[in-house]
Amino acid sequence: MAAIFTPGLKVTEHGMVHKDRRLPLEGEVTVQVGDTVTADQVVARTELPGKIYPVNLANKLGVDPGRLKEFLLKGEGDKVSNGETIARTNGILGFFKAEAEAIVTGTIESISTITGQVIFQADPIPVEVDAYINGKVVEVVPNEGCVVQSAATFVQGIFGLGGETKGVLAMGVATPTDRLEASAIDESMAGKIIVGGSYLDLGGLKRAIDVGAAGVVTGGFDYDEIKEVLGYEVGVAITGGEDLGLTLIVTEGFGSIQMAPATFELLRSKVGKRASINGATQIRAGVMRPEVVVTFDDEEVPDELVADPEPVGIGIGDQVRGIRAPYFGSLGKVAGLPVEPVVLGSGSKARVMEVEFENGEVAVLPRANVEAIER
Amino acid sequence: MSDPTGATSQVQLRSVLATDCGSTTTKAILIEKVGDGYRQTWRGEAPTTVEAPFEDVTRGVVNAATEIQELSGRQLVTEDGGILTPEKSSEEGVDLYISTSSAGGGLQVVAGGVVRSMSAESATRAALGAGAIVMDTFATNDKRRPHEQIERIRQLRPDMILMSGGTDGGTRKHVVALAERIRAARPRTRLGGGFNLPVIYAGNQDVRPDVEELLNEVCDLQVVDNVRPVLENENLGPARDKIHDLFMEHVMAQAPGYDKLMTWTDAPIMPTPGAVGLIMQTIARQREINILGVDIGGATTDVFSVFTEIFNRTVSANLGMSYSVSNVLAEAGLPSILRWVPFDIDEKMLRNRIGNKMIRPTTIPQTLEELKIEQAIAREALRLAFIQHKEFAVGLKGIQQERTIADAFRQSGDESLVQMMELDLLVGSGGVLSHAPRRVQSMRMMIDAFAPEGVTELAVDSIFMMPHLGVLSTVNEEAATQVFEKDCIIYLGTCVAPLGAVKQLGRPAVQVELTMPDGSVVNEILDAMDLRLYPASHDDAVQATLTPLQKHLDLGAGPGKVLNRTLRGGVVGIVIDTRGRPDIQIPSNPLQRVAMLDRWVKALGEYPDEEGS
Repeated sequence: MAAIFTPGLKVTEHGMVHKDRRLPLEGEVTVQVGDTVTADQVVARTELPGKIYPVNLANKLGVDPGRLKEFLLKGEGDKVSNGETIARTNGILGFFKAEAEAIVTGTIESISTITGQVIFQADPIPVEVDAYINGKVVEVVPNEGCVVQSAATFVQGIFGLGGETKGVLAMGVATPTDRLEASAIDESMAGKIIVGGSYLDLGGLKRAIDVGAAGVVTGGFDYDEIKEVLGYEVGVAITGGEDLGLTLIVTEGFGSIQMAPATFELLRSKVGKRASINGATQIRAGVMRPEVVVTFDDEEVPDELVADPEPVGIGIGDQVRGIRAPYFGSLGKVAGLPVEPVVLGSGSKARVMEVEFENGEVAVLPRANVEAIER
Repeated sequence: MSDPTGATSQVQLRSVLATDCGSTTTKAILIEKVGDGYRQTWRGEAPTTVEAPFEDVTRGVVNAATEIQELSGRQLVTEDGGILTPEKSSEEGVDLYISTSSAGGGLQVVAGGVVRSMSAESATRAALGAGAIVMDTFATNDKRRPHEQIERIRQLRPDMILMSGGTDGGTRKHVVALAERIRAARPRTRLGGGFNLPVIYAGNQDVRPDVEELLNEVCDLQVVDNVRPVLENENLGPARDKIHDLFMEHVMAQAPGYDKLMTWTDAPIMPTPGAVGLIMQTIARQREINILGVDIGGATTDVFSVFTEIFNRTVSANLGMSYSVSNVLAEAGLPSILRWVPFDIDEKMLRNRIGNKMIRPTTIPQTLEELKIEQAIAREALRLAFIQHKEFAVGLKGIQQERTIADAFRQSGDESLVQMMELDLLVGSGGVLSHAPRRVQSMRMMIDAFAPEGVTELAVDSIFMMPHLGVLSTVNEEAATQVFEKDCIIYLGTCVAPLGAVKQLGRPAVQVELTMPDGSVVNEILDAMDLRLYPASHDDAVQATLTPLQKHLDLGAGPGKVLNRTLRGGVVGIVIDTRGRPDIQIPSNPLQRVAMLDRWVKALGEYPDEEGS
């Protein structure tokens, strides 16, 4: 059977998930290989260097930079407290003395006798990395972090906003074609991850933020409403650091598009379970997609179920979805894989596939515009 | 290795294999001596193998070379998986193997100087000219406070920093202050690996001991001649050469497989855009013309220009057709894109479609409507990148170009070196231009985006061969220029456009008299706001007498004056454009706009009549 390989988004009921938990700078790893960890458990910690504050003390004291050190009460590497006097001139006959204070609690990093600049470094900022998912530590990278592994249900989205968070899954709609309305979101959803259907409007998103939901998963969202939420446009799809009050995961794309039924049913089957989600998206080298991970904590899952299947490519009869107009979001089955390139309506020549959509229509689509629904 | 200096190869060179290792694809071309000249004969490509699971760039190189080997019947790959040099026979080996690279995101540099519009700008120009992406430019007067600059330097993870500042014998204090900030930031390299970040110091030579004292400990400091030794001179060569050296030693040496690739090549591996810049400079110098080139990709758009022998390059880092397509929308605004769309469309739907292209960047337009939208976006991406280029290409440019002190302090604004009336050749490359279903679409996109004035030839790079030819030009200029002319670029034709506003629809603008090679004569009057195509090939010499019919319109001979000259066609032909310059006038009323765009589309035969499925 002819087959092509077009990677799609992963939607897996039983998968083996590996999460790389790394510190931004070298530090201490607090777990060992073989340890069982919970999602909130700290696995590594470090201290980021404090902020740097340059101050031109020579100017402040009104002295020549070359003589600055004569008036300093502290030296390079000394600890200082915010407001502490660190320099004093002799003045004239004991009068008109000038003083300078430390502007931050930290350390004097350097003193320049050329520019008169004194550089303060604030105290370090502690940083901790948690396990993000329940699981087992399978690898430790000394001073950097570890890899946590767990059997889990794993759903990839196409675009997200906001970073890692955790919460219990709750349904906000009844079917994957339903829109998630603000009226369906109430205070009982605080701290939860709300599963929507085809569309979430700005009102719905604001309501979810207001009630304190941890996250929302939806099929579609309007592109121009990102600006309304963030105050700026996302021109390049590198996200994850946004602070909008929750994490948003879009599974299908921009606009109103029904959530793939397989994705919807899988999420529905996990209602009441705690999930770890991350909206971070990066669509250049080193592709990163947003995700929903629900680990199997108390359940025994046979090994053969969690083995990641080899990618086998797309063959006749496989489930696919259109990912560009005019078939954007349409679901169907591969009906044919012609070998020869075909001239498209646009006039370009491209390799194509025949797809039978759920409404019975059979259409020819460029292979580049079709995505496998990976399971 | 063969002789990289070219001293012998100028005489003996018979065959060249050249590769360009891009982020996703490694493209190989074979150049052979055919008769008296050099021709590009075969090409092959394969996925780049820098990232996991292969993590060895040479595998992609060998795969691309193997494809050529299979097509041409010439053995290029040795049994142990290397490139076979030198040529043993016309069926075995090549005399020269060369390569460029932009894999792993290209060369990323942070530039710095004392004054933003002087030494910092010179440093930026040196870095861009070397083929780098400039992540940020610091200056003591860049309106950021010192701690903000330090934070930013910390966040960026460049491949290297180029620091300038002060003329020789000039300011010491400000240069030291800049070095102190770099020291305080303790910048780290992008690729890690336990190396200190290379910092090139190309500033006031009198301050070298101070800079060395401050930075030797925390960076791999390299000192070269000042990029701005005196206010009225730039000396970019030494800094640019050092960037190339460090690119090889640090960036390339750390990228997977490049240590091996470097032993294979007969000339240093160059950053891809640096090589494109070289071939453009070579062609401009040899033909004594002004050139403008553009390469529009998925994430970035590079613009190159050579005007009066002065080279400039800019990179618009977030103007592209896929990864950063939404940024084109953000920067241009929807109305600017819509003005090129020859039909009505719901604005929300258009925004969503553009967003969906960003998150699924590999999709292609299936319908004619999608293609028209994509080409409308391309016009704006190109236009914005060109505006950035014009703003950058002002004042003191290029290597050791002299001007007076008074000039140095003159306000910029109208002094861009890029003068469209002086432009001879506009070359486009990148998927949306090189692979448009019809060549006339590429020509229209370039005319609309760049608005050439007077008489300008247009061409596209057929298979993005300019990087290969750029590095070849360092070894054998003759071979590089011959292949450029014969195989690299496809001449689309010539655009003739009078400079001057044309507000009155239907008023005669230009009288066109063309004597075609077969002796036939075309004599027509074009009204304002018109586009007309006259088919002619590049080999055809068309004698033209062009008369402005409005006093202020200038075709290059002066306002209202007749222009007599020979025009060349191309695969499209000669296009006369009376839509106004410097800004092309498009009706703001949606109905009038759609009608006007439709008329222009039909006049040039841009799209098939029927809508696609």
